[in-house]
Amino acid sequence: MNIVVLMKQVPGTSTVGVDPKSGTLRREGVPAKTNPYDLHALEAALALKERLGGTVTVLSMGPPQAEAVIREAYSMGADRGILLTDRAFAGADTLATAFTLSQALKTMEFDLIIAGMQSTDGDTAQVGPGVAEFLDIPHVSYVKEIHGSSGLHACYGSVSGEETGLPVGGDGSAKIKVTADLGDVLVTQEVSLPALITVTKDTNQPRLPSFRLRKAVSDRPVEIMRAGDMPASSETYYGLAGSATRVERIFPPERTVVREIWEGEPRELAARLAAVLREVAVR
Amino acid sequence: MRERERDWAGWSGIMVFAEFHHPATPDTPDGEFDPVTYELIGKARELADKTGQEVTCVVLGSGVTEPAKELLYYPVDRVLVYDRPELRHYVAGVYAAFFHDAIVAEKPSVVLMGATPVGRSLAPRIAVRFRTGLTADCTVLDIRPNGDLVQTRPAFGGNIMATILTKDARPQMATVRYKVMPRAERAERPGAGRLFRREITEPAALASLARHLKAVAVRSEERVPKAESISEAKVIVAVGRGVKSEKDLEMFEVLAERLGGMLGGSRPLVEKGWIPPSKQVGQSGRTVRPDLYIALGISGAIQHVAGITGGTVIAINSDRTAPIFEFANYGIVGDIYEIVPELLKVL
Ligand SMILES: Cc1cc2nc3c(=O)[nH]c(=O)nc-3n(C[C@H](O)[C@H](O)[C@H](O)COP(=O)(O)OP(=O)(O)OC[C@H]3O[C@@H](n4cnc5c(N)ncnc54)[C@H](O)[C@@H]3O)c2cc1C
Ligand SMILES: Nc1ncnc2c1ncn2[C@@H]1O[C@H](COP(=O)(O)O)[C@@H](O)[C@H]1O
Repeated sequence: MNIVVLMKQVPGTSTVGVDPKSGTLRREGVPAKTNPYDLHALEAALALKERLGGTVTVLSMGPPQAEAVIREAYSMGADRGILLTDRAFAGADTLATAFTLSQALKTMEFDLIIAGMQSTDGDTAQVGPGVAEFLDIPHVSYVKEIHGSSGLHACYGSVSGEETGLPVGGDGSAKIKVTADLGDVLVTQEVSLPALITVTKDTNQPRLPSFRLRKAVSDRPVEIMRAGDMPASSETYYGLAGSATRVERIFPPERTVVREIWEGEPRELAARLAAVLREVAVR
Repeated sequence: MRERERDWAGWSGIMVFAEFHHPATPDTPDGEFDPVTYELIGKARELADKTGQEVTCVVLGSGVTEPAKELLYYPVDRVLVYDRPELRHYVAGVYAAFFHDAIVAEKPSVVLMGATPVGRSLAPRIAVRFRTGLTADCTVLDIRPNGDLVQTRPAFGGNIMATILTKDARPQMATVRYKVMPRAERAERPGAGRLFRREITEPAALASLARHLKAVAVRSEERVPKAESISEAKVIVAVGRGVKSEKDLEMFEVLAERLGGMLGGSRPLVEKGWIPPSKQVGQSGRTVRPDLYIALGISGAIQHVAGITGGTVIAINSDRTAPIFEFANYGIVGDIYEIVPELLKVL
């Protein structure tokens, strides 16, 4: 099973600046980390690989420093990492991001794509389904369980540990069985490969990076792809130029309230509070 | 450039995706629309009236023609129903094909969907199909005389608000968070709106429908018992890291009960496993709009208060400089372990 994991670098703190000109988040110089949901996506991929063989490739779009995401993935067990980095990719909305990722995927072979449920900065949950649509493959969002051996072994039957060349779906021969958490309903579906899923934190517990692996892979390269390497190479498809949305204005949230601060003895405060509660609390 | 400055003349109207939840078992008579639907209708009507456009609801499901008539009690112009057995379960690609057909048929200028799990899964597929913009989790929507939808959403955990436009593509798509917009009123009898049943006819939509029907099979569907939702609570007692141990929660639970409300909390308590994720208030939890919100031992991080959208806020915190005091209507500087027991004595 050849799996591609979509992973993104996100700011490590919740106080980031905004570029007043482009209206996009200023990411340079901000401490960064791997989007926590994407670690669950990677774990899901590694667990599948351990069971079925194959490769795990990490695909990330971002500035050069986003290489750190791929390094972290290497030290957890990913085989290959590709960073999509180009000035032309800057300022992408979810449409342009999904397009860029799908273009890179068109140059690769894969059975399954796994994304995080959402990112902690964009927070849209849109990129995964968008990639699936660009590739015209099915997707399932909010997967909380990948039915492990039973479902997969039943599907793959004869797959041995070493075998990697699973039949690529499309002809409906290879399938994955997953349960999605749609809030008040859990839906279990069987999906032909190739397909894309996005996973929630309930799916698994990501492993920790291994020191041994980190050393072993320290000289493994991170592959770089730029706009010119994509099947659709015109720069106007990417970044801000390829985006359909424009941020027009950024401003701090406002709130105007009547405010009172009380200090004093606990008992006296409690009595005052009780008076307010009797007034406002609806019973 | 992408295909820009197209002529948007043919694109008009506000389309609402009316998300239908099928009944739990085939023999229970009716399902129901996701409550966000009525909020979307309210907003769509307002935007439509400002610009002289119509409001069209799209309903996808199996056996939905009857239930869809409920929407006619709301201020809509049209209800488009695709009533097909293959829509019994939500399958992204299948739903996308039908919705695609509706958009080709109607050419709406704006498409509004709930930021529900289904909406967030379906909307991006549609946006990509039409190579158009999609703004997630909008909290404020307005419209310009020229038809441009002005979409405002909290960005970066609510630290900043961003106003976003999709000027050069149609339809302009947005998902809207539940409980941030007022619900449309239900009239006593059906209004002027008409209901139409449609079949899928657009060739591209039909082709993708066939592919997805072949690729995906739903094996089972299990309803999760509806826990009382904190989003609906009129009174919320919310606890944070000021609570020292799990057993202390009981005291706050009692307070919530006395006030006829629910216990909620900040993310650290969810991470500790003391309260369930469904009770987390904030940017990555639930948005709430109670009449009364009591924050106990909560510092008031922006990601937490981003989830509180209305009502009177009372905070008790021992740190006078806690940011929650910038947010609360009544800020009480003190120890929750001293004040709450006293309060329970007098309530
Ligand atoms: C992307 C992102 C999303 C997030 N989403 C959410 C979210 O949805 N919801 C959420 O809640 N958080 C969220 N957070 C976390 C948020 O930033 C804060 O870390 C969190 O809200 C803090 O919780 P707290 O106020 O309970 O804890 P703390 O910040 O530790 O505050 C505890 C407070 O209790 C007070 N206190 C201590 N003892 C007592 C006492 N005896 N009596 C009175 N007061 C006392 C202290 O003075 C302090 O102010 C998110 C963070 C990020 C980065
Ligand atoms: N720039 C990116 N590079 C790689 N993957 C991404 C990128 N942006 C988003 N993703 C993937 O899409 C998921 C949803 O992101 P978002 O739509 O921003 O909430 C993330 O969890 C990632 O798996």
